[in-house]
Amino acid sequence: MTPDNTSLAELPFPGLRSGVELVPTTDTAQTGKDFTSDQEVRWCPGCGDYAVLKAVQGFLPDLGLRRENIVFVSGIGCSSRFPYYLDTYGMHSIHGRAPSIATGIATAREDLSVWVVTGDGDALSIGGNHLIHALRRNVNMTILLFNNRIYGLTKGQYSPTSEAGKITKSTPMGSLDHPFNPVSLALGAEGSFVARTIDSDRKHLTSVLSAAAAHRGTSFVEIYQNCPIFNDGAFDAIKSPDTKADAIIPLVHGEPVRFGAPDASGLGGKGLIRDSRTGGVKIVEVADVGEQALLVHDAHNPDPSTAFAISRLTDSGYLNQSPIGIFRQVERPTYDDGARAQIDSARKAAPGDPEQRLAGLIGGGDTWTVV
Amino acid sequence: MVSKQVKQLDRVIIRFAGDSGDGMQLTGDRFTQESAAFGNDLSTLPNFPAEIRAPQGTLPGVSSFQVHFADHDILTPGDAPDVLVAMNPAALRANLSDLPKGATIIVDTHDFTARNLTKAGYAANPLEDNSLGDYALHTVDLTGLTVAAVKEFGLSRKDAARAKNMFALGLLSWMYGRPVESTISFLERRFAKVADIRDANITAFKSGWNFGETTEAFAVSYEIKPAPMAAGTYRNITGNLALSYGLVASGVRSGLPIFLGSYPITPASDILHELSKHKAFGVTTFQAEDEIAGIGAAIGASFAGSLGVTTTSGPGIALKSEAIGLAVMTELPLLVVDVQRGGPSTGLPTKTEQADLLQAMFGRNGEAPVPIVAPQSPGDCFDAALDAARIAVTYRTPVMLLSDGYLANGSEPWRIPEVDQLPTIDPDFATATNHVSKKSEDGEPDEFWPYLRDEETLARPWAVPGTPGLEHRIGGLEKGDGHGNISYDPANHDLMVRTRQAKVDRIADALPPLEVDDPSGRAKVLVLGWGSTYGPIGAGVRRVRKAGYHVAQAHLRHLNPFPKDLGEILERYDKVLVPEMNLGQLSMLLRAKYLVDAVGYNHVRGLPLKAAELAEAIGELVAQAEGVDVDLTAPAEEAIS
Repeated sequence: MTPDNTSLAELPFPGLRSGVELVPTTDTAQTGKDFTSDQEVRWCPGCGDYAVLKAVQGFLPDLGLRRENIVFVSGIGCSSRFPYYLDTYGMHSIHGRAPSIATGIATAREDLSVWVVTGDGDALSIGGNHLIHALRRNVNMTILLFNNRIYGLTKGQYSPTSEAGKITKSTPMGSLDHPFNPVSLALGAEGSFVARTIDSDRKHLTSVLSAAAAHRGTSFVEIYQNCPIFNDGAFDAIKSPDTKADAIIPLVHGEPVRFGAPDASGLGGKGLIRDSRTGGVKIVEVADVGEQALLVHDAHNPDPSTAFAISRLTDSGYLNQSPIGIFRQVERPTYDDGARAQIDSARKAAPGDPEQRLAGLIGGGDTWTVV
Repeated sequence: MVSKQVKQLDRVIIRFAGDSGDGMQLTGDRFTQESAAFGNDLSTLPNFPAEIRAPQGTLPGVSSFQVHFADHDILTPGDAPDVLVAMNPAALRANLSDLPKGATIIVDTHDFTARNLTKAGYAANPLEDNSLGDYALHTVDLTGLTVAAVKEFGLSRKDAARAKNMFALGLLSWMYGRPVESTISFLERRFAKVADIRDANITAFKSGWNFGETTEAFAVSYEIKPAPMAAGTYRNITGNLALSYGLVASGVRSGLPIFLGSYPITPASDILHELSKHKAFGVTTFQAEDEIAGIGAAIGASFAGSLGVTTTSGPGIALKSEAIGLAVMTELPLLVVDVQRGGPSTGLPTKTEQADLLQAMFGRNGEAPVPIVAPQSPGDCFDAALDAARIAVTYRTPVMLLSDGYLANGSEPWRIPEVDQLPTIDPDFATATNHVSKKSEDGEPDEFWPYLRDEETLARPWAVPGTPGLEHRIGGLEKGDGHGNISYDPANHDLMVRTRQAKVDRIADALPPLEVDDPSGRAKVLVLGWGSTYGPIGAGVRRVRKAGYHVAQAHLRHLNPFPKDLGEILERYDKVLVPEMNLGQLSMLLRAKYLVDAVGYNHVRGLPLKAAELAEAIGELVAQAEGVDVDLTAPAEEAIS
């Protein structure tokens, strides 16, 4: 079953500022081709990155923004080649630092739509610090984290999202690290928009990207992405027609959380309820508890506890089960808006010619004159 | 009232020393401001521990502030204090070895208790065992006098005693005829919200003055006439403040918003603090999560059309190295300010050193040339910042601005420049396509090549997001010449490496000739320095000349590239002495580039070089070069300045 997120098209909430409201728009019709650069795409055949690139190229025209006002920033890794293939402004930077560079861009310019493309190694290993601080500050940018649970560009070492015990070139006896759950991490860093989607589900991917772009603040989107060379099949359970109904727990704001094989009503036979024993959530058969007892997903809940509890349903080992959709979207002041507001108010308080004000500044303090 | 004698002096060096919490930095700073307002030339040297409050009364907790003021042009804070004000036994013990015989010592006897003497490592009270017989010792119960003077304000004994630094300042202000108005108005401003503290401090200050004037213990006061200075309006300024103003001025004179991405680190943090006050000039300050994020955000801001700046000290540069390489590769304007401190590793956070030159020069992977600019005095930090900004914007390159802990916290009178006389900086943003593609039908440029260079400067166009038709991608991977797309072609890489180097080399085309100070024209020895050693070198050179010998002096503002005439200048002299606060880093560069047998003079004591010792080293080299005996002791003591 494909989760339906159409209700999210209305996001942000009425009265909320949009993530792109200060970015100039165009009346000229755009197509995916307008956003396609002249560079040959050089990912491995079958790489999930192609699907995401196509989805982004297909979705950007819908935003209606001027192409020159869109900036993609990436770090290092397979996914970080992304900006080269989009005909916007872009920077392919250094390992893990894209969120910091994007913070500078977004703070310096309110009229840009700023995107970060990163991977599980780039964002969660070498760049973990920048990621959590971008989320904490809530800088107006959209972070797309391509999670293939492996290091691709360095040819197959385990990543901070690989399941423990993974046999790789650098861990012949199995990896010892416990993996990060990127959504849990983002919620822990108080991300104001936290979502997860899948490379192969274009419709869902596009709906999440739309909501992410519309959100003002740091939008964090984890994209499950298959690496056919070094970690093929990592997401088979949630992609296979035979298993995905049980593997994907779709999150739709305002709807009871249900999944699994449909019951007589045509809806998923399984669902989530609160677990009074742990304070978390647990999976139940809807038939056992009744639909009224099911947890209704509230992405706008200011308290992230329930979203975090839902995020814990993700397998940390081989992925047989994972919630997909928008876990959280709440309003919170953004760092860049605040920084610009401080500049504006300081300017209003000190109007006048900058050269004269500079003369006043450097000539201030205790002075004396020699004639 | 006792009749008091007034003696004329041409210069005095005073060191205020006390516990970290005794307010010695403030005391020294106020005395400096009074001296500046009076019209003396001056130079200051704050010296304090890295610990915010080291254990009270101990040697590591001693904080001091030295001020050198004179009726003539001086260059350094002075080698040895004429007067030491010691607020406790530790302050006396920590500073005594720096005093020449005959120096004046004023001690606060209140803290000379058995316990404090033991803490400072004294077996016996030095005030009583005649061990200070070589000095003019004044023992005064500064604390007791202060507490008595401010009794009427009803403060706790502890709070009352805290005003003792103002009592000491008042006494010294009387001794040297300092004007007191600026300190009184300063105290009124500083403690505007706490009336009793304000009144106690002002009263303590005035009481100190009156004590000097009335007590028989101080029979003499001194007069140091104002120094002749070029006409203009002056203020006293520290290097960090001047550098901050230079950055603000760079924004105003280029029309670019300034974006500072920084992480707090001693001794650079004051630049972050200062710039955060100047948002009205369009200055954004971003306190990042770490050093790397600081420079990352600055690079992002530069890409977006601001002038990105990052400020740090040596350990921060180490962390930023990879990002500096990114700025080299993406050829974006960026200022990297390194306020050097003692190293390696955490080193001496509050002490000065010049040992980051080679890090600035080479501390990156690959061939990654970065222009280097170094200010020579606190006030010069203003001009150096503007110069660095000009190079960064004109050549689209990161520029390293190498200040140091002495320049950062030291101060000197600074003639305030006229804003319209400051250099202008043209961002020269790209606004149109610059290359004719195969698809062009009319032969007009129809595409944008981000690496198509200016023929003169080799700078690439700076096209900022929001400019239609110039969408492009840059990054850390090697790019093809001109079009800038990823290229792994061997010949192209060789070309691009050489081109990036050639661009930095071309900065020298626009540099003025190196100024050589060789008044007699007969010198065989050249003393060549860079950065904050300018003062000690100048003072050392003066001393040698005053003794009748010939020596030339030149000082480098640009360390990369060197001025074009440097090689030719070096060839003119038989001997080249290179004084540095490192183990010979400029010497190594000069030897490598010019095959010159540069002689190093190197100290890494965390303090500025001492002019008198340096003069001896210059003298020895003059003796070798000219085959004569050199005796510097002949001239009068006042030659050392």
